[in-house]
Amino acid sequence: MMKVADTSYNIIMKWITFRRMFSSGAKNFVRSGIVSFATVLIMVVTLGIISMLIFLSALLQQTLTAIEQKVDVSVYFVTTAAPSDIVAFQNKLKQLPQVAQITYTSRNDALSQFRARHANDQLTLQALNELGSNPLDASISILAKNPSQYDSIVKFLNTGPALSANGTSIIDRINYAQNKTVINRITFAIGATQKIGIGIALIFALASIIIAFATVRLVIYTSRDEITVMRLVGASNAYIRGPFIITGVIAGVMAALIVLLLLIPITWYIGGETTLWFGGFNFFLYYRQHAVYIASIIIGAGFFLGSTASFIAIRRYLTA
Amino acid sequence: MIYFEKVSKIYNSDKVPALEDITLSIKPKEFVSIVGHSGAGKTTLLKMLIAEEKPTTGSIFFESANIHELPRAQMYKYRRKIGMIFQDFRLIPHKTAYENISFAMEAAGKPDEDIASDVPHILELVDLSEKANHFPRQLSGGEQQRVAIGRAIINQPDVIVADEPTGNLDPMNAYEIVQILQKINEFDTTVLVATHNKGVVDLVGRRVITMERGKIIRDDESGGYVL
Repeated sequence: MMKVADTSYNIIMKWITFRRMFSSGAKNFVRSGIVSFATVLIMVVTLGIISMLIFLSALLQQTLTAIEQKVDVSVYFVTTAAPSDIVAFQNKLKQLPQVAQITYTSRNDALSQFRARHANDQLTLQALNELGSNPLDASISILAKNPSQYDSIVKFLNTGPALSANGTSIIDRINYAQNKTVINRITFAIGATQKIGIGIALIFALASIIIAFATVRLVIYTSRDEITVMRLVGASNAYIRGPFIITGVIAGVMAALIVLLLLIPITWYIGGETTLWFGGFNFFLYYRQHAVYIASIIIGAGFFLGSTASFIAIRRYLTA
Repeated sequence: MIYFEKVSKIYNSDKVPALEDITLSIKPKEFVSIVGHSGAGKTTLLKMLIAEEKPTTGSIFFESANIHELPRAQMYKYRRKIGMIFQDFRLIPHKTAYENISFAMEAAGKPDEDIASDVPHILELVDLSEKANHFPRQLSGGEQQRVAIGRAIINQPDVIVADEPTGNLDPMNAYEIVQILQKINEFDTTVLVATHNKGVVDLVGRRVITMERGKIIRDDESGGYVL
């Protein structure tokens, strides 16, 4: 019975202590006025750079995915290929586990697409008309489930699975080799951009984190006499540290909320202006769709930054 | 109650010791004035007692505990037994008079009800009820020192240690502060005052320890200011 009473008393006292530390930290934040404002401002810059890092990473990731999706193997058939042979070939391909999708373009479709593509080029259309017949091949494009599986699909195609009734191959050409080189180059370029871009952003983020740490350290440095007094009136290290950490957390979370609010008009404006430029990536749409994810990271970073910076900065004044 | 045993303190940059071979005993309920010129070692002696400085050699005992051998986690509990008053008041600038006093109780883990009843009582004792919500910058020197005294006595410590408590005050305010310290001593609290204010020492008329160049040169059970 006595033990239960002791436990309840301890819990109540811990709650009271936490409430006092929180109240004191909040009051310090409000009463420090311009110093708190400067701290929040520095943290806004830091968290702003971190949010840029999130958007940059998403943009580059989406670009890479979009390019990966553009990789396919196009198989062009000889003009004499019978539709039934092509269908039989398609059925064989569908049985391959690596194949995700097959799109067939008939000779007539290819011609229509060609005419539509060159609608403004009268010279080309005139030359086409003078030929008198459709010179274009029927084709299929094969999309693999994973970009790494194209090699095995091409290997299968090279074994000669597409034969006509008289035993000759109905495949005219496969364009994977030349596509592959171009795509590899683009993928490499984007990968390098991603690494360099994120690297630079990380350096910026690191620099601003150091500045934020230095700001908090400076704020706590100005309170060093106050910390000494707190120690001398018998406050425990935890009780002295608590309000400073709370003040840091309030600054960090407030900066995070400001960044999250500022991101709404910024992404809306950038999204409207640059969606076409970034190949369909809309910053505002991405922010709206990933609001919880981004908010968790930014608020978490603000919380971590404020509390850790305060904890480290105050440590040196609590040695005795 | 308090015992200094052959305590010496030499700061790294100094060749002359700040304290040299001090042996001193203070009994409970005493009112002790420590006098001497600037640099005589008064403040160093008090800093040793509140464990703000460590002796180079020797030991300091509070009751039976060697205070410089206390574990770090116990140090704040020891400091709660001592109320400190400084020449420059050392109030927390962004806390009101009420909050500066209540902070000492909060830090000691006192319940809210005790804080709500004791702090107004102490403010009344130091005659600052009207200015409870003033920040230190809104108070005069004498008022700030009275807040500091309120903070020092709120947890009913065993000892009050005052380092030049009247150093920044005019004679009228200095007189009031000494009267408050005497009243505290009447309630059986040991009081140690370091001062070079002759008026204060003569007014109290109790034990006087005279220091010079880090040494105790006189210890009079009941005396005045003699240098």
